[in-house]
Amino acid sequence: MAQADSFTTAPPEGGKSITLGEVTMIVVSLFGAIGALYIAANAYTAPYAFHMVLFALAGFGGVIATLKRYKNRPAVIPQEINGKPNYNYGPIKFTSIAAVFWGIAGFLVGLIIATELAFPDLSMGLSWLNFGRLRPLHTSAVIFAFGGNVLLATSFYAVQRTCRARLAGEIAPWFVVLGYNLFIVIAGTGYLMGITQGKEYAEPEWYSDLWLTIIWVAYLLVFLVTLWKRKEPHIYVANWFTLAFIITIAMLHLGNNASVPVSIFSPKSYIVWSGVQDAMFQWWYGHNAVGFYLTAAFLAIMYYFVPKRAERPVYSYRLSIIHFWALIFMYIWAGPHHLHYTALPDWTQTLGMTFSIMLWMPSWGGMINGLMTLSGAWDKLRTDPVLRMLVVSIAFYGMSTFEGPLMSIKVVNSLSHYTDWTIGHVHSGALGWVGFVSFGALYCLIPWVYNKRLYSLKLVNWHFWIATIGIVLYISAMWVSGILQGLMWRAYTANGFLEYSFIETVEAMFPFYVIRAVGGGLFLVGALIMAFNFYKTIRSPELAAASEAALAPAE
Amino acid sequence: MVDHTHQDIDAATGTPTTGHEWDGIKELNTPLPRWWLWLFYACIVWAFGYWIFYPAIPLPGGHTPGILGWTSRGAVNADVQDLVRQRAEFVSKIEKASLQEISADPKLAEFARAYGRSAFGNNCAPCHGSGGQGAVGYPNLAGDRWLWGGSLDQIAATITHGARSGDPEGHDPTGAAGMPAWSKMGLSSQQIEEVAAYVASLVNPTNADVSAGQKIFAENCAACHGENAKGNAEMGAPDLTSKSKWLYGSDKATIVETVANGRAGQMPAWGAKLDPATIKSLAIFVHSLGGGK
Repeated sequence: MAQADSFTTAPPEGGKSITLGEVTMIVVSLFGAIGALYIAANAYTAPYAFHMVLFALAGFGGVIATLKRYKNRPAVIPQEINGKPNYNYGPIKFTSIAAVFWGIAGFLVGLIIATELAFPDLSMGLSWLNFGRLRPLHTSAVIFAFGGNVLLATSFYAVQRTCRARLAGEIAPWFVVLGYNLFIVIAGTGYLMGITQGKEYAEPEWYSDLWLTIIWVAYLLVFLVTLWKRKEPHIYVANWFTLAFIITIAMLHLGNNASVPVSIFSPKSYIVWSGVQDAMFQWWYGHNAVGFYLTAAFLAIMYYFVPKRAERPVYSYRLSIIHFWALIFMYIWAGPHHLHYTALPDWTQTLGMTFSIMLWMPSWGGMINGLMTLSGAWDKLRTDPVLRMLVVSIAFYGMSTFEGPLMSIKVVNSLSHYTDWTIGHVHSGALGWVGFVSFGALYCLIPWVYNKRLYSLKLVNWHFWIATIGIVLYISAMWVSGILQGLMWRAYTANGFLEYSFIETVEAMFPFYVIRAVGGGLFLVGALIMAFNFYKTIRSPELAAASEAALAPAE
Repeated sequence: MVDHTHQDIDAATGTPTTGHEWDGIKELNTPLPRWWLWLFYACIVWAFGYWIFYPAIPLPGGHTPGILGWTSRGAVNADVQDLVRQRAEFVSKIEKASLQEISADPKLAEFARAYGRSAFGNNCAPCHGSGGQGAVGYPNLAGDRWLWGGSLDQIAATITHGARSGDPEGHDPTGAAGMPAWSKMGLSSQQIEEVAAYVASLVNPTNADVSAGQKIFAENCAACHGENAKGNAEMGAPDLTSKSKWLYGSDKATIVETVANGRAGQMPAWGAKLDPATIKSLAIFVHSLGGGK
């Protein structure tokens, strides 16, 4: 039986009635918008006033969109149609397109700052083109805007399909995806205007952080209630990873952003932690952003899309349990390896390093489970470039999660730290693992949710090879440059004096910075090919009623 | 639903599945790979061992020191002591010798130049360039033009006390004796143009009549720069007849700007930051760059 949303205030027989979700959305958006206008009118700085006006516009937009939706929607949105779950694909379509858009924007900004490092005059003296402002724009755009939208899209898809249940709530998922993208716009425009709290990967100021907290709690609730509604007896492994990601990111976000605003009318705030405690909190956050955001959450993508695409069972259920819990337990301790040879106490550095070493096998458990899922289907790598992209992403994952523990060892770290080796390591993970697993998932997901055939596998092949060459150029340039840099910094003459001044080591980096920019450029070209492929896919005619056809309402 | 009474065997691998299925995805019940498990154990054993040897476990009132007694402060101090020991013989000689004695002793001078080169790269190069070639507003130390004198002792004094640095023993400590802004000292734009044309002609001779400028120069500028415009190191007044690169530029437009708005470049007093042996070595090194007097 088609059952009404449990939040409905009136019985469905009484015709169309407004739901609690719709009422809440309208009231909260309206009051939020008025409050934002009041703050904008009293704001200490113009950029802050601009942000509050953006919030107000979003609030009024929320009211109008909810009213329009109420007017156009059927009286009851069924949870099931003909015994099949009525999956909600609207928010997934929105976030997958947003991911492609933000991905290209983020890669482009990355290319600009890579070129600025080789040719510093490129910023032309304009403050908002300065490396210091564009760098957080790049990292936030690729991690939070591109990665975040990919995660919202894939987690909302996988949780529905593996629970055989429609996404919880009707307004809430839209609130999550639109609210999250509003956060991205606020954060990104803030960097360009010089609003930052100066914490790496946690640059947005207090009001953006509060907004993200609201969105994140809504995300958690949508996810949990969908799990609660599931028609399967067990929770699939991909959903464990997603849930661990959502909960841990909430904890990290609140811990690292504990700050006191100067005034409600000012964008500026001061962090409550000080000195080495602040540094410890920062890297507890920073490393687990890698661990739970860029690893656990993207492993959830792997656990759904690799077996789906390869049409093979997951290699080992036991391995998935053991490596999941080991990964979750170990990762949270590894942050201090970012602070080797600093004022952080020695015992903390020791624990950070040893837990990073112990983390090696738990990380590789995911690689084994991903790669070995292809046993019995290796031949598909020859014919399916999408699957090839997914598999190569797992290979890069394995490489990065070996390199990470290696670099956490103090002796290695004394050479690698503060050099470009770190940048190379991050990008083998970011471009190779996160990038490729996301592209692979999007190549599956967009045709599925739009019920279209992917326009061209040949173009996927081009994307794969161009981007792979780009990654190889990028990371090998950074390895050479980083190790050269580290060796030059520690080189002594026979008399016991430093062989090179700092500026000489900077000069020596030039050719590698050029190669890195070329590699990043190729990666961007690959993403543009992907965007074109999706454009043509979405414009193509819908597939004839396939058995798995989407039964979502309009929107 | 999956039939739990019969084991579901995957045909390709011959491995049983767990019997569950989600959206068409099954899971094999493959045991943990042995090599994976043993490497995992090995990493854990290694970590526990490391905790015994190195500082590791926080306790009330301190942390376990580890049986090696290693600390990161201890390690860096040991490295620094090694370097100090390696340099000790020559450094103690430099501390005792005068600048002239150092440059007279070839082995000691070679060491001082190496010492100075390293200190220069990490302290002076950001302004003066890695080869001492300078930049606009930052004097070239490899040429023969010296604002405050190019002898060994003058160079050492400038490094120690700086210029317009606030150090009372430095050059022009309060900045009162810098190049004034002549547009506020009674010269009209016309007069500034004329005197600039004269000064420019000292380096780039011209057939044009610069006598008006020459007269203004004699009345206003000669007090510091001298009648013949050869400058005065006592006052940091540069030689305006030198053909080598000028600090701010020797084209007429730049000279007009300099005369109209004045200049007062600063150099920090390094005496508080660098020890005497380092400063002596820096003086020897800078003196050896090409223009020492």
